Amino acid sequence: MNGTDSRMSQEKLKALSTDSLVRKLLDSGGMAVVFLALFGVFSYRIDRFCSLDNMVSLGLQVSSIGIVACTMLFCLASGDFDLSIGSVYACSGVLAAVVANQTGSVLFGLLAGILIGGLVGLVNGIVIAKFQINALITTLATMQIVRGLAYLVGKGQSVSASSEKFTVLGSSLLPLGWLLPGRGAGGTSGLEGIPTPVLITVFSFVLFGFLLRYTTFGRNTLAMGGNKEAARLAGINVSRLQIIIFTMQGLMAGFAGAIMASRMGIGDPKVGVGFELQVISACVLGGVSLKGGIGSMTFVVSGVLIMGAVENAMNLKNLDPFFQYIVRGGILLAAVLFDRFKQRRAD
Amino acid sequence: MPETQSYLEFQGIGKTFPGVRALDDITFGMDEGRVRALIGENGAGKSTLLKVLSGAYTPTTGVVRIAGRDCAFHSTADALAAGVAVIYQELNLVSDMTVAENLYLGHMPTRKGLVSRKTMHAHARKQLESLGESIDPSMKVGRLPIGQRQMVEIAKALTRGAKIIAFDEPTSSLSDRETRNLFSVIRSLKDRGHVVLYVSHRLEEIFEVCDSVTVFRDGRHVETFGTMEGVNHDVLVNRMVGRDIHNIYGYAPRAHGEPALEVEGILGRGLTEPASFQVAKGEIAGFFGLVGAGRSELMRLVFGAEPKRSGTVRVLGRPAHIASPADAIRSGVMLCPEDRKKDGIIPVRAVMENLNISARRKHAYGGFLINEGWERKNAREKVDQLAIRTPSLSQLIMHLSGGNQQKVILARWLSEEMKVILLDEPTRGIDVGAKSEIYSIIYALAKQGIGVVMVSSDLPEILGVPDRILVMSEGRITASFSRDEATEEKVLKMALPTAGRKAA
Repeated sequence: MNGTDSRMSQEKLKALSTDSLVRKLLDSGGMAVVFLALFGVFSYRIDRFCSLDNMVSLGLQVSSIGIVACTMLFCLASGDFDLSIGSVYACSGVLAAVVANQTGSVLFGLLAGILIGGLVGLVNGIVIAKFQINALITTLATMQIVRGLAYLVGKGQSVSASSEKFTVLGSSLLPLGWLLPGRGAGGTSGLEGIPTPVLITVFSFVLFGFLLRYTTFGRNTLAMGGNKEAARLAGINVSRLQIIIFTMQGLMAGFAGAIMASRMGIGDPKVGVGFELQVISACVLGGVSLKGGIGSMTFVVSGVLIMGAVENAMNLKNLDPFFQYIVRGGILLAAVLFDRFKQRRAD
Repeated sequence: MPETQSYLEFQGIGKTFPGVRALDDITFGMDEGRVRALIGENGAGKSTLLKVLSGAYTPTTGVVRIAGRDCAFHSTADALAAGVAVIYQELNLVSDMTVAENLYLGHMPTRKGLVSRKTMHAHARKQLESLGESIDPSMKVGRLPIGQRQMVEIAKALTRGAKIIAFDEPTSSLSDRETRNLFSVIRSLKDRGHVVLYVSHRLEEIFEVCDSVTVFRDGRHVETFGTMEGVNHDVLVNRMVGRDIHNIYGYAPRAHGEPALEVEGILGRGLTEPASFQVAKGEIAGFFGLVGAGRSELMRLVFGAEPKRSGTVRVLGRPAHIASPADAIRSGVMLCPEDRKKDGIIPVRAVMENLNISARRKHAYGGFLINEGWERKNAREKVDQLAIRTPSLSQLIMHLSGGNQQKVILARWLSEEMKVILLDEPTRGIDVGAKSEIYSIIYALAKQGIGVVMVSSDLPEILGVPDRILVMSEGRITASFSRDEATEEKVLKMALPTAGRKAA
């Protein structure tokens, strides 16, 4: 083997790869840049957009989608997706309220909500991994089963929580007001703290982002999404991985449902219709590949924030809600077209 | 060579894809009435250059000059208008249309706005006859044998007035007779003053039909021989590879130790009879067989990739309970799968990810938290050790050549505690230079005392690399030869299905 020759061409290739550094930056943080640009434009064009109050309500608005998108990231990265989360989200809320009312323990109620989600996820995972059933069909089935369950548990109606403590999880403010700017001399903002759901969302972003990036679990998830058979032949236990991912997804959907119910003080079986599509849209918008193997938390955060910011801006502008559907769909379409364009160029 | 006088000239052509320089400053010229061979290993840049010539790629730098005029083609239509036609392996004909329709697709002769079938057929017949072909112009192209289809493709190029005709591996699916026919057509094109470019892997053909040859390596122009005088096979291979390959296998006997792998009575899908074999430490056992003989199935059963119905596996004398690939790896048995793209690499992930995917859990903190330091060090070490050509550790593996992808998979297993390695077609689809590198890696592994099993359908390779050759046919092991006993006839005879073997 001619050592110097191969070394030389390696150096040549290395020089080439720095050319594309700018490109890489655009590829990995492209949607974050889009979000910042949007944020700038909205702040400039819409009066109340950049106010502290509005930022907090933006945070609350994206919290449900944000929490569930964290685990949907794993699902998509592993090459699957989960349609049952919207129903789980509703069912968990209803169950939380019912159990809290019957046992008198808010804690039990919330735990029941989270656990029902985990259970549905576990069933999804086992059916998909062990019986090799397509994730689309499996979760389409559980989506309907669990929606029915939500109505049954609530006897067809929304359930109000009797205990006041039920709303603590969703409506409390954590006394972290000092973290927020503008609370000094004037003190006009009147903000006493950050809503708990927003903090939970931020915490989830950090936790799951870390899991994906820095653990064998995360890397194996991406490997499996990139090529399932190759991952299996490399010694990864793919069916166990799939079950864990779906269970995690269910738990987080249940958690988000419980938080939502707590915020409203009501468990409502009608909520969360189309929620799964919103979550998947947000992920894909950020750049997570539907084919698996490509994804990061930066993508998800960007996607969730772009969705949230646009919706928030439309609300502030009092745009007809019917238009909002069109805008949301348009953005998603534009994002995937942009993604395809990037891939074409890379080929 | 006075460059300005050549009819077709490539001037400093460069083509860069993200992370890869496919062509680098290609400059050479060609005169009319000449047949020029373009040769080089896979990925040397021949096909990319043809794509630049045909307008399928726009060059990053440089210019194509035809008859002294700079040409900037943006599509194959542009190139065709300038008299350039490229005839690819997969022909560009519409199989549901007739020969004549294909010839005149897009510019059919018309009378009063209607297609004149009669004129068209007459023209087509004349054009084909000039190539020595008597094909009925009203035949559907799909019903013609491949050799005649190729003639139609050439006739099509001529009806468009192509002066420059390039062939990309034209003989790969032709019979001997069709090949000879093609060569006589190429010679007549030459006599008529066309410029012919001829890309082929088959060096014998080049000596037969070409009068000059240009050699490429790593996207660069290495040398152009204006005549074939004094040019022989060894000279061309030497220029293509950049070094002498005297003995591409480089076999040398090694000491064998106690058994590394003992397989007994293993049975599962794809096997018709329980299979047993042993491989000693430091030994290379080759498995030969025709397609469907059950070689890959046997490897996958040993590796635990498929459930086995019965049988035991022992590694270094100790029973290994292998029910999954993860179990096999834990026992020190590794598999490089036959279909690298489908079962080996994870295309959208980086080289480093593909390399560390298996061994990382042993080095991760608590088996969970990635040890970034070790990952980097290990990847760097293996890339150097196996001379893997990649611009960086974070390059996506799908952008590497087949040989380098294979080396990454070998590196994956080198990072583990390997006792036995099963190599299923390790050199399939890999060019000559990378092949001999893979062989030397295989020998190095055996020398370290690893038991090596190598499956191959390449007869010279299976006779040249291993110490011992096992033959499979119809789902069972039919013979075992030592390296010295084995001959092509003996091995092939045992590989044929039973009926065929009796007849032979």
